Amino acid sequence: MSRDLSAILARHQHDPLRLVQILRDVVEEHGFISPGTITTLAERLSLPRGRVEGVAGFYAFFPTENAGRYRVLFSDNITDRMAGSVELRQRMLEAFQVRDGEVSRDGLVSIGTTSCTGLCDQGPAMLVNGRAIPRLTRARIGSISAMIHGQAPLDTWPANLFDIHTHIERKDLLLSTPLAAGAAIDAAIARGPDATVAQVKASNLRGRGGAGFTTGVKWEMCRAAPGEAHYVVCNADEGEPGTFKDRVLLSDYADLVFEGMTVAAFAVGAKRGFLYLRAEYPFLLAPLEATLAERRKAGLLGKSIRGVADFDFDIEIHVGAGAYVCGEESALIESLEGKRGIPRNRPPYPVTSGYLQQPTVVNNVETLAKAAFVVMHGADWLRVRGTGRSAGTKVLSVSGDVARPGIYELPFGATVREVLDLCGATDVQAVQVGGPSGMLLSRSEQHRRIMFEDVPSAGAFMVFDDSRDILQVLENFASFFAHESCGFCTPCRVGTALQRRMLSALAKGYGTRRDLKDLARVAKVMKASSHCGLGATAGNAALDALEKFKPAFEKRLGTLEVMPTFDLDRSLAPAREVTGRDDDEAHLSHEEEE
Amino acid sequence: MASEKKKLRVATTSLAGCFGCHMSLLDIDERLLELLKLVEFDRSPLTDIKHCGPCDLGIIEGGLCNAENVHVLREFRKSCKVLVAMGACAVNGGLPAQRNHLDIRDCLQTVYMTGTGIRRGFIPNDPELPLPLDRVHPLHDVVKIDYFLPGCPPPADAIWHFLNDLLAGRTPTLGHGLIHYD
Ligand SMILES: Cc1cc2nc3c(=O)[nH]c(=O)nc-3n(C[C@H](O)[C@H](O)[C@H](O)COP(=O)(O)O)c2cc1C
Ligand code: SF4
Ligand code: SF4
Ligand code: FES
Repeated sequence: MSRDLSAILARHQHDPLRLVQILRDVVEEHGFISPGTITTLAERLSLPRGRVEGVAGFYAFFPTENAGRYRVLFSDNITDRMAGSVELRQRMLEAFQVRDGEVSRDGLVSIGTTSCTGLCDQGPAMLVNGRAIPRLTRARIGSISAMIHGQAPLDTWPANLFDIHTHIERKDLLLSTPLAAGAAIDAAIARGPDATVAQVKASNLRGRGGAGFTTGVKWEMCRAAPGEAHYVVCNADEGEPGTFKDRVLLSDYADLVFEGMTVAAFAVGAKRGFLYLRAEYPFLLAPLEATLAERRKAGLLGKSIRGVADFDFDIEIHVGAGAYVCGEESALIESLEGKRGIPRNRPPYPVTSGYLQQPTVVNNVETLAKAAFVVMHGADWLRVRGTGRSAGTKVLSVSGDVARPGIYELPFGATVREVLDLCGATDVQAVQVGGPSGMLLSRSEQHRRIMFEDVPSAGAFMVFDDSRDILQVLENFASFFAHESCGFCTPCRVGTALQRRMLSALAKGYGTRRDLKDLARVAKVMKASSHCGLGATAGNAALDALEKFKPAFEKRLGTLEVMPTFDLDRSLAPAREVTGRDDDEAHLSHEEEE
Repeated sequence: MASEKKKLRVATTSLAGCFGCHMSLLDIDERLLELLKLVEFDRSPLTDIKHCGPCDLGIIEGGLCNAENVHVLREFRKSCKVLVAMGACAVNGGLPAQRNHLDIRDCLQTVYMTGTGIRRGFIPNDPELPLPLDRVHPLHDVVKIDYFLPGCPPPADAIWHFLNDLLAGRTPTLGHGLIHYD
């Protein structure tokens, strides 16, 4: 055991900053992180034991107890559920006679759920020991179960099981402009760093990761910030349920993304860059490493890039471990430093005090890809498309009740109607734009436009037709936030749990008018007082739904002002079972007896 | 009203609580005498009256862990114009709710059958005994609660302040220093 640890530690130069990567390797090789392993790692890395234990306990993909030889996690986004994941999971639980989230008695398998794995265009999906399997069907579940029963090593499973498809349905500026590797770098070098920053500023490129901050201003502030070293980070955490456009950019446009990072490094004077890749995309790792190796060979990374003395830059890939909050830039940096992904106090912002408290640019994958072309073709390349305050295009990830789920690149300003027509959606009841933290739109809002001025979007576009139950959608979102809240601040830790409880009671028909008020109140408290964007947006969907889908709630409300929020009689059932009682006193009426 | 000095009728009870909140109520010390000029107690551990009559105010310590708790709570709701959840257990489930992540069947089995030192154990099944709920719930999960008095227990001063507000017709507010969580 500890000999294996030595190899892992050596591979990571005994560097405590690499703790998250080290723990990933431990899980890969041992299946889980035992208390003994935590003690050994703490000693060998000269870290307090609590520090290592804290990191191990923080991330969803770091089991600290035996999770079975096969750890099966069903992606639990609403789109997976709509595609039948609940029934498939139930089948598998029955096949192995194991309870949800628990390990089978023989230690063979555990079956549970995980947050959206970004395969919404080819769901339902699952992870087996971290490896993604899309397009689950009864047949696939059958053969997976058989291979687990037969204890076949994952490497011997049919390769096509793991095939991830790319569905690009509409290309615009970004996806149709060709790149000759190095061309953007050459353009930047020719112009010099200051003019490069000025050009990105002039293009009015705004961040595609959610907040929409002007990229050129971010680079300028980072460049101007004093520090011992500057860093460039590409945010490929893509944790927002329903979002998978960065996955496709990294599988089909990796050179472009790395080109953007290199240009950014030149502009701000960075020597090191990180790509923070979400753990759910392990299939991207080898191809990305290969692309990096090619770029090193071609002199596009490494020392004196393109012969410019002092232009040294290289990129490391860090892989996350299943925490949505690590997409928040300061939590991401904490995670890069080998810590729990808890958002920092801001200000100071990463541009002045990021990785190792040094000036750091954090940009989304799509932002960096676009920046490369802006530097190569000039500010107008972007501005020929879009609107006044939203220059260029947006890459959308479309999923749900549509004929053609996949990637759609559209100019900013496109209406919801246009997107629905393109992807073949009928009988639309609602669209969730920007994921659970975004905006819930009703059928009557199809004239609304995807742009920062109206409906901003980090890329998710989930469609629900008339057959869907909005309360189930909301319940799914609420569970997501409650599960992903990092627990650091009370409004979010408690608020997301309350929200999940209230929505599940409402969905089951145990709600009253008062609960609707309480639901709105909790959402507002979270918005006003959370420490980071996760809590601040966790109530958005519920607030939108209370306004736009009120009858969906009302038709389930009881007539009483207050009624029990759970099934009282059923809650006595387990005790009845073990005592064998069934007398009158062993039951409770739901509504009060007169 | 017949007499301006008509005392307010108050009932109190402890459900799934530890009596710590009632102890804190007694901790208002000599102010108890002042309180008794304004209120008279109906059902309460202080009076030993077994069933609640019509009351102006009901104060409940503890959450709901079994069927009897639910019956008592409903009796209080039916009898009291205003119902107060006193203490963390009543407000949130509190300490007893620590068992909520365990399966109640396993709990009963461990306590009565498989625990160390138990031979020939069995799970009591007398109909006189209230059955435990599968999870511990706060009061407002079952009836409407009008006011919440947080704290574990709420300090005597907070209870005093709260009752005074209520008796004087002011919406109770607990300022800084009166809200304690440990
Ligand atoms: C909870 C949370 C999750 C986030 N997840 C991501 C993400 O997965 N990818 C991303 O690019 N930005 C994400 N962000 C936004 C980042 O904090 C940051 O604004 C962004 O990476 C900046 O890049 P941009 O300016 O290029 O958009 C998230 C923010 C929050 C609050
Ligand atoms: S808002 Fe939520 S995710 Fe963000 S710091 Fe607070 S608890 Fe953590
Ligand atoms: S709130 Fe605290 S003092 Fe009051 S009953 Fe509960 S545990 Fe006891
Ligand atoms: S015990 Fe931690 S917030 Fe209450």
